[in-house]
Amino acid sequence: MRLPGKAAALLLAAALAAGAAGCAAPDGGGGAGKTLTVFAAASLKAPFTALAREFEASHPGTRVALSFAGSADLATQLSQGAPADVFAAADQKNMAKVADAALVEGAPTDFASNVLAIAVPPANPANIGSFADLARPGTRLVVCAAQVPCGAAAATIAGRAGVALKPASEESAVTDVLGKVTSGEADAGLVYVTDVRAAGDKVKGIPFPESAYAVNKYPVAGVRTSRNKELAAAFIALVTGSEGQKILADAGFGRP
Amino acid sequence: MRHGYSGIPRWVLGLAAAGALFVLLPLAAMVARVNWAQFIPLVTSEASLTALGLSLRTAAASTVLCVLLGVPLALVLARGEFPGQRLLRSFVLLPLVLPPVVGGIALLYTFGRQGLLGRSLELAGIQVAFSTTAVVLAQTFVALPFLVVSLEGALRSAGSRYEAVAATLGARPTTVLRRVTVPLVLPGLASGAVLSFARSLGEFGATLTFAGSLQGVTRTLPLEIYLQRETDADAAVALSLLLVAVAVIVVGLSYRGPAPAGRPAGSPAATGQGRP
Repeated sequence: MRLPGKAAALLLAAALAAGAAGCAAPDGGGGAGKTLTVFAAASLKAPFTALAREFEASHPGTRVALSFAGSADLATQLSQGAPADVFAAADQKNMAKVADAALVEGAPTDFASNVLAIAVPPANPANIGSFADLARPGTRLVVCAAQVPCGAAAATIAGRAGVALKPASEESAVTDVLGKVTSGEADAGLVYVTDVRAAGDKVKGIPFPESAYAVNKYPVAGVRTSRNKELAAAFIALVTGSEGQKILADAGFGRP
Repeated sequence: MRHGYSGIPRWVLGLAAAGALFVLLPLAAMVARVNWAQFIPLVTSEASLTALGLSLRTAAASTVLCVLLGVPLALVLARGEFPGQRLLRSFVLLPLVLPPVVGGIALLYTFGRQGLLGRSLELAGIQVAFSTTAVVLAQTFVALPFLVVSLEGALRSAGSRYEAVAATLGARPTTVLRRVTVPLVLPGLASGAVLSFARSLGEFGATLTFAGSLQGVTRTLPLEIYLQRETDADAAVALSLLLVAVAVIVVGLSYRGPAPAGRPAGSPAATGQGRP
């Protein structure tokens, strides 16, 4: 189900960019009628949507088209030639993949950080209070698979804390972990602090000190093939500037 | 309709070629991306073999469930006459058009911990969520319509003449079913079962939503491919090819005959069973 979705998103992005190019040409580059395409990690959905509105307000005539997906998917799309102006990833590895292929403009800038938190159903049926509680027998724990960033972080923390986790499921996306917790299937899940914040009262978040063992840094960079490099630089400046940092902090992100 | 005359207009042939290409080209593109040097190690890794084994076992179990539940359903739909029959057929066929993820959500609210039946099952000490049983349920849910459609079609085109004769000779309904009906539609049943198996093998969305993903328990081959794709594109492509090969073998085995969905039934019988 997801692959066709991704393909459709790709086509949509291509169509949007083609449309944008068509619109921009007659303007003669006057700044108006341009579309800035931003590829951003799925976890950035709320703050980047707000930042895009902010950017459109301060740059009249410019539209920001946002494409949210897993960082690995976005990196694959970029390497397959998907047209974008800005790429914001949720981990260093996927940004490095794109940078190694010489697809980014200059060096990526870290603009935010994120740590894991324990998400439990509001009633906390398994009475989870700490990271060590997750390993209690009978606790139905759901985590991300080690192949995806949130799972790699969970494995790092478990290793350093000396807690042997026995998950009931290892999901491919943090949203799937959250889904298993909000539906009550799982007693606990390891997700990002920002996911807990975004889920509102559907889950209860339990921060834990061991989360500091694995801090995810979010890098942003302009795309080398962009036709709107000035706008892209302005958007990155907004993200890394004080206004962007405030919006990111409100969403639960830490400083880079 | 399909007997005798076979003059196909040339433009139809052209479009048919385009249709075939539309299916084959993406497969060829995938094959072209396979890293052959690494192919054997990639598909024989422990994770791959575990996923393949789980896929084959769960798909076989789902096929058995589909036959157990689907044969009676097809019989009732093809032979029975009762109010709401067309409505029942529409609902039985629903998983064919439903996005699998929707099926997964529906199953979650049925067999999940907080679900309609799941709560009672949980009290009885049966945990469906995150178990291999959940995978089989998800696969059966999406594959059942394939068996019902194939078999109902075969039943309708076979007609009920022989059954009527057997009944007048004093055979009980169960005997008629066992000795006449089932042998008559066996090819249709076989192709329906194979289609169900193939569909179960490819099940992804409902499994991901409902069963979770854990090596050896719920992570079937499609889920393994989806996960490998995150880090190792070569492994994902190699496993995809493996899944395609298994599917081709399975479907190829069932469609060897020219008309698997039923023997020449004679036109009067074929039209004898009209819609209610």
